[in-house]
Amino acid sequence: MVETPILEFENVDTYYGNIQVLYDINLKVNKGELVCLLGGNASGKSTTLKTILGACKIKKGAVKLNGIRIDGKPTQFIISKGVAIVPENRRIFPRMTVLENLEMGAYLRKDKNSVKNDLEKVFELFPKLKERINQAGITLSGGEQQMLAMGRALLSNPDILLMDEPSMGLSPLLVDQQFELIQRVNRQGTTIFMVEQNANMALSIADRGYVLQTGAIVLADTAQSLLCNEMMQEAYLGGDSTCEVK
Amino acid sequence: MEIYLQQLPQQLINGLTLGGVYALIAIGYSMVYGILGMLNFAHGEVYMIGGFAGWWVLHLLTRNNEVLISAALVISLMIIIAMAVSALVGVVAERFAYRPLRNAPRMNLLLSALGVSIFLQNLVLTYQGAKVRFFHIGALIPEGLRVIHIGPAVFSFMRALVIAVTFLLMGLLSVMIKRTKVGKAMRATAQDLEAASFMGVDVNRIIVLVFLIGSALGGAAGALVGLLFTQVDYYVGFQAGLKGFTAAVLGGIGNIYGAMLGGILLGLAEALAVTFLPSAYKDVVAFVILIVVLIVRPWGLVGEKMPEKV
Repeated sequence: MVETPILEFENVDTYYGNIQVLYDINLKVNKGELVCLLGGNASGKSTTLKTILGACKIKKGAVKLNGIRIDGKPTQFIISKGVAIVPENRRIFPRMTVLENLEMGAYLRKDKNSVKNDLEKVFELFPKLKERINQAGITLSGGEQQMLAMGRALLSNPDILLMDEPSMGLSPLLVDQQFELIQRVNRQGTTIFMVEQNANMALSIADRGYVLQTGAIVLADTAQSLLCNEMMQEAYLGGDSTCEVK
Repeated sequence: MEIYLQQLPQQLINGLTLGGVYALIAIGYSMVYGILGMLNFAHGEVYMIGGFAGWWVLHLLTRNNEVLISAALVISLMIIIAMAVSALVGVVAERFAYRPLRNAPRMNLLLSALGVSIFLQNLVLTYQGAKVRFFHIGALIPEGLRVIHIGPAVFSFMRALVIAVTFLLMGLLSVMIKRTKVGKAMRATAQDLEAASFMGVDVNRIIVLVFLIGSALGGAAGALVGLLFTQVDYYVGFQAGLKGFTAAVLGGIGNIYGAMLGGILLGLAEALAVTFLPSAYKDVVAFVILIVVLIVRPWGLVGEKMPEKV
């Protein structure tokens, strides 16, 4: 299989001021993949996303998007090159309508006709959003807000979709729905890089996973192998993982 | 009672004029607060500088009590140049006094704004002096047009002009905020700055734009008040700034439509108050409103009760 890397980290060190947070990170997300980054609190997951988005400066290494370095570039440049994010806690615009929220996703796009097409695609994927098209974002339920955040990100027609803790703040039922949704979007061709604490859930839909511990990657493997990994079972999966030995 | 009713139409006109001006000033306060969470206490000075810019335009275009070009053109130029000069002052203040403090505690920004206020006041005092400048508007309007009688009310030309211009500017701003792409980006940035940057919005440019528009409206208010009350001095920004701030708080600071509503209501309240009370109580009324709103409904009339952004 020919791999086309969309996102690459090469020996990246990230600092907050003088404090080093990420140590020699190497990771890769290929076209069409669903890759997850796992880890506990303060392991450096959010910093990894901020590094992609240019909100944290790196001191060593390189971050590449479609083979081109994006480290040191401003956020709007990186977004314009094909990165979209569903932020932690969704962060929809509360006093803008559903349609306006979606339009903000397409903010940098000039191709009006294809935006229209993509809008229809989003409404096909989330018919609920079409019903609520003129409602303010804040009036949506948690699950609908999740759809809106996802639809908004998809409207930028991204090469890679970043998801920051998609299960955060959702009820168990909604978490299930959420991960089904992520899987569906991925199967329709969107490359996804997901940061998540819920390792079981994330690995159940992901192709591959990386595990971060205090700023360094300690494990990198296919999702299936990670589910069966002893250290993973002990530290992150709580013993009830869905490891099926093939 | 009879006499109050007779005065009512007149006071409504006065209130609407004053209210339109307060609304224009309040919009600048509210826009900046909405996007940066800061109280830009230099905004009154921006208004004052707009007044001076308007005065200079009128002064330079008048010889021997005659305007050199058509009166309509002079009035337009006064307002446009006042807006341009004030916008420039606002944008420069943002660049050099506020942007370096973007990530500092809000208190630092507030103090920086007070510093800018004192600086601008003294700058004008130094170069323009302390004496009051009078707007010689006699040359602008022919005698026959100066007052229009409608029943018991007297509608002066200037009041009609001020009401027309303030409502035109507010209308344009509303359309821009509601309909245009950049207006939507401004709203998005005000609601969630970081999320807006994730959409690819250049939030720095949006912030500059907010200062530009807010300051331009403040400058327009300065020139309009000059035309209406025919004077300006280096200290007028203090009072006007407080009134604008009161109007913004009354409507719900951070909300542009709230600023418009708050300004108009404040103007009407002041005008009606002088119907029943000695005119010295005008400012008392404004600040009683401010205190009551802050105690009873600090999020204002149309503002939303929102948790403090952390």
